[in-house]
Amino acid sequence: MPVTCTGGGRVLRAALSGEVDHHGARAIMEELSRQIDLELPRELTLDLAGVTFMDSSGIAVLLRAYRQVGELGGSLTVVHVPDQAARVLRAAGVDRLIKFA
Amino acid sequence: MKPINEAAVSFLSRSANEGFARTAAACFAAQLDPTLEEVNDIKTAVSEAVTNCIVHAYPDRLGRVSMRLRLFEDNSLEIQVKDWGVGIDDVDQARQPMFTTGSAERSGMGFTIMESFMDAVKVRSRPGKGTVVTLRRKLSRRLGAAV
Ligand SMILES: Nc1ncnc2c1ncn2[C@@H]1O[C@H](COP(=O)(O)OP(=O)(O)OP(=O)(O)O)[C@@H](O)[C@H]1O
Ligand SMILES: [Mg+2]
Repeated sequence: MPVTCTGGGRVLRAALSGEVDHHGARAIMEELSRQIDLELPRELTLDLAGVTFMDSSGIAVLLRAYRQVGELGGSLTVVHVPDQAARVLRAAGVDRLIKFA
Repeated sequence: MKPINEAAVSFLSRSANEGFARTAAACFAAQLDPTLEEVNDIKTAVSEAVTNCIVHAYPDRLGRVSMRLRLFEDNSLEIQVKDWGVGIDDVDQARQPMFTTGSAERSGMGFTIMESFMDAVKVRSRPGKGTVVTLRRKLSRRLGAAV
């Protein structure tokens, strides 16, 4: 599974894994979006430890989650960002919008 | 400058080929014994260029994408990604950060990422004819290099 969710009580943790490119992003985006709608999290933590590759398609996934949680008045934190993904997110300036821990 | 090695691949604009193109470019670059960071930079830029062909050049049909890899004496790698799709009306505008003609699944950051990961990015395009994106990156000289 490219998205594995744990938690409850409006604290959601989602672990993404595999290659987050255009080929894989839609399934990830849809599953994440469904989980957010289901749990209505006040706090969403996205764990990227299992991500083996990410490009601009992954940026759209993160921004979508950021907006969706924001609309619920919640917050998003992204953790365990692998080096390659971090470089992509930094190049795109996403680190100025989303909290990385 | 003449290339000291060259390879080319051609594939259909199916999204499954994004991973194929990244891996093919990384394998070709391996003869220079690049660092992990250099390999990742190459894979990322290739992914952006190839995804653009798949998403934008052929929005409603399957088309052909070609990728030519060249290696030069000064340890630089040139990657040319070519399509015969819709083309780009205004290349300068297309290269602006956050400019996109795509859906909500696009963020308009592809060219920005290519530019920040490569030493040079050249775009030639003719509306209705297609687009050629040329990426260049000089790699560090290392002992294990095969050429
Ligand atoms: N090969 C191509 N053929 C036709 N149009 C292209 C091509 N490559 C890029 N474009 C145009 O340039 C725009 C910008 O491309 P860029 O890669 O920067 O962003 P994007 O693909 O829209 O979004 P992202 O890469 O962040 O997913 C695209 O929206 C598209 O209009
Ligand atoms: Mg793009």
